[in-house]
Amino acid sequence: MPHRTFMAFIFPSILAMVLFITLPIFSVIVQSVFVEHEAVLIAVENCTPFGCSDQTTVDTEAMAELRAEKPLGQFAGLSNYLNRNHLAIGEVGEIFRTAPGFVAALGQLMNLPFYRALAFTLTYTFIVTPFAMALGFAIALAVNTLPRMARGPAIFASILPMIITPLVGSLILAWMFHPAGILGAGLQTLTGDPGLSLKTSAVLSWIVLLVYGIWTNAPFSFVVFYAGLQTVPQDTVESARIDGANRWEVTRFVIMPHLGPLATFVALVQLMDNFRVFEPVVGFSSEATATSLSWLVYNDLVSQDAQQFGSASATSVITIIGVIVLLLPVLVRTWREFNSKAV
Amino acid sequence: MTRFWKANAVSLLALAIGAGAALAECKVEGAGNVAILSNDFEALRIVNTAAAECASDTVKVSSNATTEHKNIQGPALTANPAEYTVAVVANNSIVPLLNDGLIRPLDDLVAKYGQDLQPNQLIKIDGKVMAIAFLGNGQHLFYRKDILEKAGLEVPKSYEDMVAAAKVIKEKGLMEHPLAASDKPGWDLAAEFVNRFLGTGADLFKEGSAELNIDSDQGRLVLANMREMTAYMSPDYLNFDANEISKVWDANQTAMMVQWGSLAGAAVDPAKANPDVAANTAFAGAPTIGGGTIPGAALWWDGFAIAKNISDEDAAVSFQAMVHGISPAVVAEHSAVATWLVKGFQPGPTAEGVIANATGGAKAYPMQPYMGLLHTALSTELADFIAGKEEADQALKDVAAAYGAAAKEGGFIK
Amino acid sequence: MSTTANRMPGSLRLLTTVFLALWLVAAVFPFAWTVWGSFKVEPDFFSRTSFWDAIEGVRTQMQTGSAFTLDGYRGAWIENDFWRSAINTLIVTISVTVISLTIGTLGGYALARSGQRYAFWILIAALVFRAMPHITLVSGYMLPFFQMNIWGILPTTIIVLVAINQPFTLWMLHSFFLSIPKDLDESALVDGCTRFQAFRLAVMPVMWPGVITTGLFSFLLAYNDFAVTSMLLSQDNQTMIPKIASFLGSIQESGNVMFAVAAVVSATVPLFILVLFFQRQIVSGLTAGAVKG
Repeated sequence: MPHRTFMAFIFPSILAMVLFITLPIFSVIVQSVFVEHEAVLIAVENCTPFGCSDQTTVDTEAMAELRAEKPLGQFAGLSNYLNRNHLAIGEVGEIFRTAPGFVAALGQLMNLPFYRALAFTLTYTFIVTPFAMALGFAIALAVNTLPRMARGPAIFASILPMIITPLVGSLILAWMFHPAGILGAGLQTLTGDPGLSLKTSAVLSWIVLLVYGIWTNAPFSFVVFYAGLQTVPQDTVESARIDGANRWEVTRFVIMPHLGPLATFVALVQLMDNFRVFEPVVGFSSEATATSLSWLVYNDLVSQDAQQFGSASATSVITIIGVIVLLLPVLVRTWREFNSKAV
Repeated sequence: MTRFWKANAVSLLALAIGAGAALAECKVEGAGNVAILSNDFEALRIVNTAAAECASDTVKVSSNATTEHKNIQGPALTANPAEYTVAVVANNSIVPLLNDGLIRPLDDLVAKYGQDLQPNQLIKIDGKVMAIAFLGNGQHLFYRKDILEKAGLEVPKSYEDMVAAAKVIKEKGLMEHPLAASDKPGWDLAAEFVNRFLGTGADLFKEGSAELNIDSDQGRLVLANMREMTAYMSPDYLNFDANEISKVWDANQTAMMVQWGSLAGAAVDPAKANPDVAANTAFAGAPTIGGGTIPGAALWWDGFAIAKNISDEDAAVSFQAMVHGISPAVVAEHSAVATWLVKGFQPGPTAEGVIANATGGAKAYPMQPYMGLLHTALSTELADFIAGKEEADQALKDVAAAYGAAAKEGGFIK
Repeated sequence: MSTTANRMPGSLRLLTTVFLALWLVAAVFPFAWTVWGSFKVEPDFFSRTSFWDAIEGVRTQMQTGSAFTLDGYRGAWIENDFWRSAINTLIVTISVTVISLTIGTLGGYALARSGQRYAFWILIAALVFRAMPHITLVSGYMLPFFQMNIWGILPTTIIVLVAINQPFTLWMLHSFFLSIPKDLDESALVDGCTRFQAFRLAVMPVMWPGVITTGLFSFLLAYNDFAVTSMLLSQDNQTMIPKIASFLGSIQESGNVMFAVAAVVSATVPLFILVLFFQRQIVSGLTAGAVKG
């Protein structure tokens, strides 16, 4: 395709992405290497309906001058990335120098907010992604055997977990897992342990989050694979059958290769989305046992009184780098496919 | 500080009896634009609606009530002209606006249009009026009269009393989990710590600086009490935020909790609350801690501030519209909705607790520029402690480290 | 495939049926539970005592005199003007889907047919863009939007949602275009069509399953978005999800979760119709003999 035609086709997309994603990303990267100006504090008397007290406040005039000079703040290099609330290089070094053993070191590492979040984020990503994809694929195969009339309702039912807005969906599910909820109580009866509460044990609450993740992500894989299955060339399937291939062999050697590019796509999207896991953490109120990188950003920017832009920017950039590392194998594969096609 | 309140309460009563609450019409001098950004709850919606009465051919009034107001206000008021002329703020949300110099001093406007305001409504920073408060709030004790009676106990006066009472209630088999507190890691958990710490009378920061001052006996006392209380709570206490404990309360599963005054009304609402529980629910001031006399709960106010990046005309009409919005006539009509700090307000039973805090000398939630950073650090770093996974010393060390890194980023510590 | 299904051995058939039944129960049960619960009062549906309250409706009986109540729906739709948010959501989701698909199919087609290195790099860049947490992006937009005086209105939100969803849309449509044989449009080119004509007349007719599927996801992304809509829309222009969030309560007000539950349930009805309607397109779109292998 000539360059000019290519540009004409892709221009609107590129424009939208550059304006609303690329530029903000650059500003985020810039922001992440700056810290605020040193605050000029003055002691003042503050009076509220409940009395007066001596407190400090920021001298806004002096600050305005500083900001006018250098609007971005003080250049701080990578200090936002390396400080205790992010990669915590100093603390990590200290832990490995002094900890009595590897397990103890790991335990202390989990005391640092970033590593605690990373641990859950990675676990979630690597467990939910493959299981949700496999489940989605299995559902797609199963729905595909249904008579035509039954497929519509089955499709709708299957994508329900994706349709219920996570905000309320996770709230209701979290409730069902409550000891007095239908699933929580059911599990207590099943295991015969009346004290079982999925929310009090860290391990159990992680399992609940992972199950929720698989449940809510499977429909995505299902829809894509189901659509892909409709494009499987029937004559190839027929001839494979005639050649004596059994059902499994047809699936393995005809259907799965055909769905290959789609599987790559689904894997990419799911890895990324799961790496950004956020809603379940809030919806299941599991901040005590599980946090994620996106949750850290949310905590810096939205849920607290003081917004920490530098910190949020640093975490966001680390998230992007994490995604790139995560996707490298898939990217390399796509690169090879692309090259072979280009020739 | 309490003198203000008492003096007012007395004079207010006199006034309220005297003044025939005629609904004043809104008369605004000048022309301009009023745009209000506020949080989204009933009392504020009432104020916004009343302020909208000031709309005329020359005055345009609009409002945006949203729970995201804290995140919108910064950029909205930084723009020039600002998107909103009025920001409805509280102790904590005014801080970013003050830090960035986004709101204007109101002394002139108060002198000109503020006849209906009382002196204690004025939020003064360094002698300048920066906001006008009209609502008070705070956490205070909710207790079950029947349970305490059955156990033969007095109403607890201190957090230590609460633990002792809980022990008795549990031993007598009256209730499995007599205590509840909003211990969910996050904003709520940090507020629990700040409440008790203020009750010790100590300061959170070293005088005149952003250096932390919580690694002390008081800090340990507070943490020890927080942990002790969890022993008498449902094992689900890590999921308890303010709303959740209200529901636990309503489900007849707890006997004492320190809960927001703004949620007191719903707890005894005959239309919605569990009738057996509501009939026996009573309120008292927040408990003290460590033998002190200061109620261990921060006092909160909600008020309005006027943007700096707008014309003086807009500021003048905005101020007048807001003063109408919080006028004694409006408040008199909706006195049960909240604890108003407005002339003529007669506190009903659900405002009892907050007023007991104020008269008892509770401290206001601090407005230091770096208070938000400390709150954030507490909210995440106390999680392991309250979950029982680490000890107080480690928790305080973690808070200091997290706060230190954030304060450095914010330019408050070198 | 239905012909193959007929030839399935009994054991496999049984296995498939059991598996599918289990999955459908897992997928539908929480929703069905929600629908049932939306006719109860909060202390029943979210009962601290036992889930039997939600089934029997003890408190619902006590409060309303009947085991079922429409209070949640009444509260959401009548008292809180949920319909206004529903209309806003309708505008936003339809606009986002249509615009995303229009520019996305063009871009995805170009990427799939280009074969140039830069096409690959654009795809990778788009992918990396997608990694950015939305909240970070949104908080960056706020100040410029206020300064340009375009904050709070629907068009701004629509464009932002389109842009944020664009990497996904591009990737997905690109994957679908790859599965369509090149011969199709190349023969059209040989027949004298321009690129655009080839795209429109030869490729698009067989692309509907891909477009519908991608459209479904664009729709759901816009529909379920909270980060963008809650921060970029003023109260009058609020869409459903931020509205639902505002029912959930705060330290200032003991919200009404049942309004949120009722709102969620009623919001699912149009989606049900939508999916049923387009399901046919997904299934029947490929019958035109598009794929020759």
